[in-house]
Amino acid sequence: MGAPDAATSPSPAATASRPTFEIEGLSIDYATELGVLHAVRGVSLSVREHESFGLVGESGSGKSTLAMGAIRYLAQNGRVTDGSVRLNGVELLGLSRKDLRALWGSSIGVVYQSPLSALNPSIVIGKQLAEVARQHLGMDKPAALARVVEMLTKVAMPDSEAVMKRYPHQLSGGMLQRCVIAMALMTDPSLLIMDEPTTALDVTTQALVLDLVADLKRDFDSAILYITHDLGVITKICDRVGVMYAGEFMEQAALHELFKRPLHPYTLDLLGCVPHFDPTPVKRSLVTIPGSIPRVDELPPGCIFAPRCTYMEAACAAARPPLSEVADAHLSACRRWQDVPTPVEHLRVATEAVRDAQTACARPEVLVDASGTQVHFKTAGGMLSGRKGRTIRAVDGVDLDVCVGQTLGVVGESGSGKTTVARAIIGLTPATGGAITLRGKPLPRSTGRRPRATLKEIQMVFQNPDASLNPTRSVGDAISRPLVLLGGLRRQAAAERAKELLTAVSLPVSYFERLPHELSGGEKQRVAIARAFAAEPGLILCDEPISSLDVSVQGSLMNLLMKLQVEKQTSYVFISHDLSAVQHLSDAIAVVYLGRVMEVGDATKVLTPPFHPYTEALLSAVPLADPDVKQKPIRLSGSVPSAMDVPPGCRFHPRCPRCLGDLCRQQEPPWREGEGDHRISCHIALDELARLQAETLVLEREETV
Amino acid sequence: MVRFILRRLGFMAMTVILASIIIFWATTVLPGDLASQILGRFATQQAKDSFRKELGLDRPVVTQYGAWLGDWVQGDWGESASTNTAVRPIVFERLRNSLMLAAVAFVMYVPLGILLGLIAALRKNTWIDQTISVGSLAFIGLPEFVSGLILISIFAIELKWLPSQSAIAPDSTFIEALPYLILPAITVALTSLAYVVRMTRSSTVDVLQMDYVRTANLKGLSPSRVLFTHVLRNSLLPTITVVAIGIGWLIGGLIVTEAVYGYPGIGRLLLFAIQRRDLQLIQATALLIVLIYVVANLVADILYAVLNPRIRYQ
Repeated sequence: MGAPDAATSPSPAATASRPTFEIEGLSIDYATELGVLHAVRGVSLSVREHESFGLVGESGSGKSTLAMGAIRYLAQNGRVTDGSVRLNGVELLGLSRKDLRALWGSSIGVVYQSPLSALNPSIVIGKQLAEVARQHLGMDKPAALARVVEMLTKVAMPDSEAVMKRYPHQLSGGMLQRCVIAMALMTDPSLLIMDEPTTALDVTTQALVLDLVADLKRDFDSAILYITHDLGVITKICDRVGVMYAGEFMEQAALHELFKRPLHPYTLDLLGCVPHFDPTPVKRSLVTIPGSIPRVDELPPGCIFAPRCTYMEAACAAARPPLSEVADAHLSACRRWQDVPTPVEHLRVATEAVRDAQTACARPEVLVDASGTQVHFKTAGGMLSGRKGRTIRAVDGVDLDVCVGQTLGVVGESGSGKTTVARAIIGLTPATGGAITLRGKPLPRSTGRRPRATLKEIQMVFQNPDASLNPTRSVGDAISRPLVLLGGLRRQAAAERAKELLTAVSLPVSYFERLPHELSGGEKQRVAIARAFAAEPGLILCDEPISSLDVSVQGSLMNLLMKLQVEKQTSYVFISHDLSAVQHLSDAIAVVYLGRVMEVGDATKVLTPPFHPYTEALLSAVPLADPDVKQKPIRLSGSVPSAMDVPPGCRFHPRCPRCLGDLCRQQEPPWREGEGDHRISCHIALDELARLQAETLVLEREETV
Repeated sequence: MVRFILRRLGFMAMTVILASIIIFWATTVLPGDLASQILGRFATQQAKDSFRKELGLDRPVVTQYGAWLGDWVQGDWGESASTNTAVRPIVFERLRNSLMLAAVAFVMYVPLGILLGLIAALRKNTWIDQTISVGSLAFIGLPEFVSGLILISIFAIELKWLPSQSAIAPDSTFIEALPYLILPAITVALTSLAYVVRMTRSSTVDVLQMDYVRTANLKGLSPSRVLFTHVLRNSLLPTITVVAIGIGWLIGGLIVTEAVYGYPGIGRLLLFAIQRRDLQLIQATALLIVLIYVVANLVADILYAVLNPRIRYQ
C-alpha cells in the first residue's frame, strides 16, 4: 500500500506487541472568559492496527476535543496540560509544529462529519486529493493524480476519472465522503480518525459508507478512532468502545461485552434511551436520565455521574472512583459495578408499560384523511433564461389517514416528500390536487382559507427548535399566543394555562419568563411541544422533532410525546428518517418514496415481512443499537432522483434490488392488499415477497422485560 | 457560462434602455417647451415653430426619443449649445482623463486594502487588527472636500511636492499628467480603502473558520500554502465583487474630488453641462456614465461567476 513513511512505520515485530496509537492520562484545558475549563481529564485509550475504537458520548462529553487534542489540533485557547500520546511509539506531545505537519496527512488521516464543508468549494476534487500525495509522498503532479485515481477506485467510487474534475457541490454527500476517506487513506496512515463520518448522510448512504469503512479496516493497516453519538453505528464498525461523559471515560469494553453486559449505569441508561426494535403494539417507556450533563466547571466532588444515577449510594458522592479493569479488558468507573444489573433488569426497573396490546389494537375513527394529495411546484422559467419552467412533483398522489389518538409514522429518505405532505395537511404549502378531510369535513387547501376552529385542530412541531421559536419572545409568550389567538382566552387566563402546559412538558414554571437562548435544545423542543398542545389540537405534525438532539434527550422527548398522547388522545403524524424512533412511537407507518406511498399499514405489519423492497432496504440499512437483531445487508445505490424527473413505471425501479425488468420499468405497480389495512405497491406478489424476505431482520431476543 | 453572460447582457441592455428613457424624459419632456426657453419668452410664434421644426420637436415624443437614441448609438451625439462644438470629442477627452485618474486610484487602494484586510484577519483581535480597522474607518466618514483640502495644504502648500490644482492640458500624456493625478487619487483612495479592508477582513475571518481550512491544515500543508491555495481563493471573492462594482463610481462618480482639484474629468463635465443647461451635453454624458456603471456591474458578475464554481456550474 503506497510508500510507507520510513520514520513512523515500525517493523512488523513491534506492531504485534504494542498498540499503534496510545493515549495515556491525557488532559486538555480551554482558557475561556469563565476561567480555565478542564475539558478532558486524565483519559487513556489504545488502538491496534486493523482495530477500531469507538468513542461514544453525548454532545459536550469531550470526545472530539480528546481526538483533536491527541493529534495536537486544538483551537487557540486549547492546551494539552498532561499525559502522553504515542503513535507507533513516537511521542506527539513534544513535537514541533513542523514535525506535526509531517505527521498530519501522512501518518494521521482524518475524516470529518460534513464532507461538503470539509472540502474546498472552489478547487476540483482531483487537485484537493492530489495535494496530499504531493506533500507527503514526494510525487509530481501526474504521479499524484494517478495515485488519486487508484485511491478513488479503492473506495469504490464509480467513474473516478470524471469525479476528479468535479467541484464538491457537484457530488452527492455519499460520494463526497468517499472522496474524503480516499484522501485520508492516501498515505496509508497509521491512525485514521473518523469524526461522525455518517451523521450528515441519509440512512441508505450511511449503510454503504459503513460497509466501506468495514472493508477498509480489513484492507488497510490503520488503527481507527471512530467518534460518534450513534450507538447503532458503533455496532457496525467498532471492536472496542469507550463511553465518555463530561470529559472522562465511564466505561471501556469490547463491543459485544458493552452492549450485552455493561458495567456502568451511564452505559446502561444510554442503551435504554434507544428504542429496541420490537414490532409489537405493546410499548414500554424509554429510560430517562434525570438532569443533564454537568458543565466541566461545575463537576460534583464524587462520581461525576452520581447525581443522575439510579444506583447511587452515599459513598458515590464522596470520592471519585477511578476507571479500573473490573473484568478481562473491561474497564468501569463505577464503584458499584458488581451491583449493576443486566440491561433487561434495568429496563424492568427504569421503564414502565405505556400501552398494552389491547388499547393499541382498537380501531378508532379517522381524524384526518388525505386522498390523492398532490403538491407540484413550478420552477421559474424566464424570458431571458431561455428555458421553460418545469414541474417538481414533490408529492404526487399520496393517500394517508390518521386515526384519533394514534400515531402515523412517515419514513423515507431525504427528498422523498415526507415533510411536504405534512405541510400540505397543515396548509403551509397548499396542495395542488387531491382532497383532505378533517373529521369527515373537507379542509380548504391553504391556512388563509381555513376557519379558526380548523386552524386550532392541526399544529406542528418542527425539527429545529432554534429556528421555530422567536428569539425575542419569552417562553411564556410563545405558549400563550396560540391560547389567545386560537383558544380565545384572555391574557391572564392564557398565562395561567401556559404555566400548566410547562408543567405538563416537565419544565419548571420559572421558565415562563425565559428567552429561548437560555434553554438547552431539548428544553426548547419541550416548549415547542407545549406550544403545539396549547390550542388543544386533534392532530400534531411532528417533523423530525428529535433528530437534532442527543440520545438521552431523544428518549425523554419520546416518553413525553407518548404520555401526552395517552392523556389527551391527540393524534400524531411522526416524520422521521430514524426507523427505530418511528417503530417505537407509531401505530401505523407509511413508507414514502419520491412523492408516493410505497407501503402503508399497521406498524406491526409494515415491520414484518412481506415488505415493500424499499422498506426492506431501509430496514436493513438502519443501524440498530441492538445486538439481538441480525440484519441482512441489502443496499441501495445512488440517492432519490429529482422530483422533476420521476422514473416511469414503478418510480422505485432504478434503485430496486428486486426489480423484475420491463414490467417494473413500464407499468405502475398495483396495490397489493395484505392483512388488515396493510398495502404494498409492488409488482411482486405478497407471498413471494414474504418468502424472499424471511431473513431481512431476525430477532434473537433471549429474554424480554 | 455563455448562457449566463448572454442573460447578463440582456439585463444590461434593459437597464441602459430604462436609464435612457429617464434621461430623455428628464432633459426633454420635463423642462417644458424648449423653444420658449431657449428663444426667450418674447420670441414670435413663427420663430418658435421653425426652431421646433429644426430640432424635430414637432414630432411625437416617442419618435423623438427613438431618433435621439438611434443617433447616440451611431455616435452622433449632437452639438453642445454652450461651446458650439460637437459633443462627442469633448466627452471622450474627459472620459480619457477620468480613466487615468481611476487607474491611479485603483492601483493605490485595491492592493493596499486587500493586504491590510488580510493582515487584520490573520491577526484578529490584536492591536494590529484594531489599528488597521480604526485607521481605515477614520477616513470613510471624511468627505473628499475635507481630505482633499488637508492633502493640498500639506503636500502642495507646505511641502510643495505636488501641484495643488490638477487642471491638465487636454492633450497631455499619462506620464505628463501623473504628478497632477497623485493628490486626487489619494483623496479617492482614502475614502474607498476602508471598504476593501473591511470586506477582505470579514470574509477572510469567515473562511479561516471553515472546515475545509481545518482539512487543509490537517493535510500537513504549510501555513503559507494553506493561506494561498485554500483561504485566499475563497476569501477574496466578495472583495473582488465590491471592487468591480466600485469601478463605475471610480470613473463616473468623482464629481466632488474633480471639483476640489479642478480636474477635467467626466464628473465635472456633467456638472458644467447642468450649470449651462446644455441639454445635448447632459444627455450624452449622463448616458455614458450609466453605461460605465452597467459595464462595471457586468464585469463584477462575470468575474464572480468565473471565480466561483458554484455559480459557474449551475
